[in-house]
Amino acid sequence: MAQVRITTPLTDEVVEKLTIGQQVLISGKIYTARDAAHKKLVDLLKEGKPLPIDIEGQIVYYVGPSPAKPGQVIGSAGPTTSGRMDAYAPTLMGEGLKGMIGKGSRTKEVIEAMQKYKAVYFAAVGGAAALIAKKITSSKVIAYPELGPEAIHELIVEDLPVIVVNDIYGRDLYQEGIKNYAIND
Amino acid sequence: MREINVQSIIETVAKLCTEANYFLGSDVLDAIKEAKEKEASTLGKDILEQLVTNAAIAREESVPMCQDTGYAVIFVELGQDVHIVGGALNDAINEGVRKGYTEGYLRKSIVGHPLERKNTGDNTPAVIHVKVVPGDKLKITIAPKGGGSENMSAIKMLKPSEGVEGVKKFVVESVKAAGSNPCPPIVVGVGIGGTFEKCAYLAKEALLRPVGEQNPLPDIAKLEQDLLQAINKLGIGPQGLGGRTTALAVHIEIYPAHIASLPVAVNINCHAARHKEAIL
Ligand code: SF4
Repeated sequence: MAQVRITTPLTDEVVEKLTIGQQVLISGKIYTARDAAHKKLVDLLKEGKPLPIDIEGQIVYYVGPSPAKPGQVIGSAGPTTSGRMDAYAPTLMGEGLKGMIGKGSRTKEVIEAMQKYKAVYFAAVGGAAALIAKKITSSKVIAYPELGPEAIHELIVEDLPVIVVNDIYGRDLYQEGIKNYAIND
Repeated sequence: MREINVQSIIETVAKLCTEANYFLGSDVLDAIKEAKEKEASTLGKDILEQLVTNAAIAREESVPMCQDTGYAVIFVELGQDVHIVGGALNDAINEGVRKGYTEGYLRKSIVGHPLERKNTGDNTPAVIHVKVVPGDKLKITIAPKGGGSENMSAIKMLKPSEGVEGVKKFVVESVKAAGSNPCPPIVVGVGIGGTFEKCAYLAKEALLRPVGEQNPLPDIAKLEQDLLQAINKLGIGPQGLGGRTTALAVHIEIYPAHIASLPVAVNINCHAARHKEAIL
């Protein structure tokens, strides 16, 4: 299947061309964050304080890797369930976040925010964690070291394989894909 | 009485923990490859190919196939002529889990108190099921279980009058509700009969069977096939993004039921359907 290559930070023009079902290879800098880090980021915004990272045009990867072996950049690093980040995602998109990588469907509010702020949601293949780790060339903690493995990491990725699940046009591959292949008899 | 020292139990459990997480069984791998040939969705085919590549990388580099290296669920068949020496069986198993998860660079995913939620730091305790059997051997099976798929489990006490149709309906609905969450393609473990807790146990035990091996009872084997077909008609597909490979197999275990009950339990395993065993 045809693959599209994109590099972060993402602009509106890049995001406008992405549509559901497309296989995309991402290169450049991305950030990791799970629930705890999301909560901290959103709390800062509520207090009117600046974020510790610049998320303008950036992508957040929902991941909690296994520990790295000596010599490894990162341990196995597949996506975690995105639903836990739904409550925070619209606020971050409002701050310029352009992409999210995870697994599993998003709420209506998140999908609407993607349309409003021109952001996309990508699925990485759940459980393809050893393969994904090979696409990560560097990893360093950039905020909240006290969260341990849940700290915000800055990753440099090269051709990280993902699939567009929600585009800026309000479409949802989880819904459409199932409809296309369901057999009703 | 045959003596088995706890030290050998510790070593064996530690080794099983890492091997189960690094090396996907050929039963699962073959099932994924076969499904890939048949998959109607191009995207679905590509995803299945990624899973095959992922398993190969994990094996070659001895790294976990999935970052969620699971809850250590351990099944023990203890021969009644075995005498364990040097310590307690449960302590030895937990020590093995601690060693395996720490030295094997596996993720620690257990919180000690389910409400306080503080990580125990070494993936203990394990969930341990012990069965006493004839003989002088000790069989240990580990089935590390990821949270994403375990969370999609379901159990229901059906009315006996609902019969096989009621069972089918409940299993298919449970898989449908799970959608993309358990990282399809999945293996579906089903327990039918027994009591509430026995039924849940049967569903989990069903997942230990090599993928695709049928239940020896012809009527249950047929039910497994019927359910597999019905599930793959749902269209969920690889990763829930649409396709015909939602499940690789359905495994059912049954047990006698009370005259008033028909319990059914569904335990879902992701494509990282890990299980490894050793006999001491
Ligand atoms: S459901 Fe399985 S494959 Fe998916 S993230 Fe959890 S352990 Fe990994």
